[in-house]
Amino acid sequence: MTTSISITVNGQSVQRDISARTLLSDLLRDHLGLTGTHRGCDTAQCGACTVHVDDRAVKSCSVLALQVQGTEVTTIEGLGGAQMHPMQQAFKDQHGLQCGFCTPGMVMSAVDLVRRYPHADERTVRKELNGNLCRCTGYQNIVQAVLQGAAAMAEVAKTR
Amino acid sequence: MYEVAYERPRTLNDAVRLIRQTGGRPLAGGQSLVAAMKLRLADHGTLVDLGAVDELRGIRLEDGHLVIGAMMRHAEVAESSVVQRAIPALARLAEGIGDRQVRNMGTVGGSLANSDPAACYPAAVLAIGASIQTTERVIPADAFFLGMYETALQEGELITALRFPVPLAAAYIKFEQPASQFALVGVCVARTSGVVRVAVTGGRYCAYRCTELEQALQHTFTPQAARGIHLPADDLFSDLHATAEYRAHLIPVICARAVAAALAG
Repeated sequence: MTTSISITVNGQSVQRDISARTLLSDLLRDHLGLTGTHRGCDTAQCGACTVHVDDRAVKSCSVLALQVQGTEVTTIEGLGGAQMHPMQQAFKDQHGLQCGFCTPGMVMSAVDLVRRYPHADERTVRKELNGNLCRCTGYQNIVQAVLQGAAAMAEVAKTR
Repeated sequence: MYEVAYERPRTLNDAVRLIRQTGGRPLAGGQSLVAAMKLRLADHGTLVDLGAVDELRGIRLEDGHLVIGAMMRHAEVAESSVVQRAIPALARLAEGIGDRQVRNMGTVGGSLANSDPAACYPAAVLAIGASIQTTERVIPADAFFLGMYETALQEGELITALRFPVPLAAAYIKFEQPASQFALVGVCVARTSGVVRVAVTGGRYCAYRCTELEQALQHTFTPQAARGIHLPADDLFSDLHATAEYRAHLIPVICARAVAAALAG
């Protein structure tokens, strides 16, 4: 038995007939081929599967796709355009990754947290990233990257 | 996950009807239920998603009470200026649940209906003396939590809103289990018109009021009064994270911190 879902993913309308037990992460990866959203722990702990639903970060492995019916979903693929998003650039500049597996989720969480706390300090960044795990133990550079990304996002906002 | 049917009603009436018709399970934010389904610990046949039922949303002040719709997400409760002004302790509690992504999905109604023994909201509901409004009746907090994942809710009965009297002072402090971010022990203290109530989560099968601490704080509302209480360990949890004796020690310590926070405002 399938149910129809209509959502917007990275600005494009998407309509699919899916089984109700399809997770949002499965819809994105297996049905839409957006494999930038990573399945890490698959138990809502690591945050590698973080995407935005109507601009709020959620763990897509713990949300049924049908729960986000009618919303706008943004994945890591939809964050930048021709150029990288300032937060992606900041992760590159600050070496905010080693193996890179956690990075899509880190970046999505980072963008969400900077939107809510545009002037976040290091303490806020560390607290707000507690739903994202990096097993390369690279938090130092991740935090630096988020702070650089926050400053860059503020610059972009200023010039608009 | 087992195969499951799915309904997405837009009104409360339809939601109740569908749950009765299908014997299905209401789905709020799913931050516990979806995880349980993935582990095949839950097999419900039909899910009735409450996510499109607007009647279950909203936060407002009503006759000196703070009313929070059952489907309000933790992040929305934390960010609400109405909550921050009326009961700042509740906004801070919501801000401390899980992590950002969980707070963006999880709902207050779902948390209460689930009655996880270490969840944060039940402590506040008990200490502040909220009433739980359902599709059938109004249930006082003291009669709501019955056991581990067990509440007074009947089949097909849905929480519609929480109604909190605005306390003179309140605070919730949790000693966090760092891996799960649930409360190893959490204590909420609230002073409402001369009455002090203290509720504990993470200690037993469900949140409960601690009469020893209430009596001590009723007499003197100071951190020292809470610290002076020695609680028996007999009926407390022991698990790999903490022994019952450790929890018995922690409860007055955390309670004292909550009293200090309540006094600080």
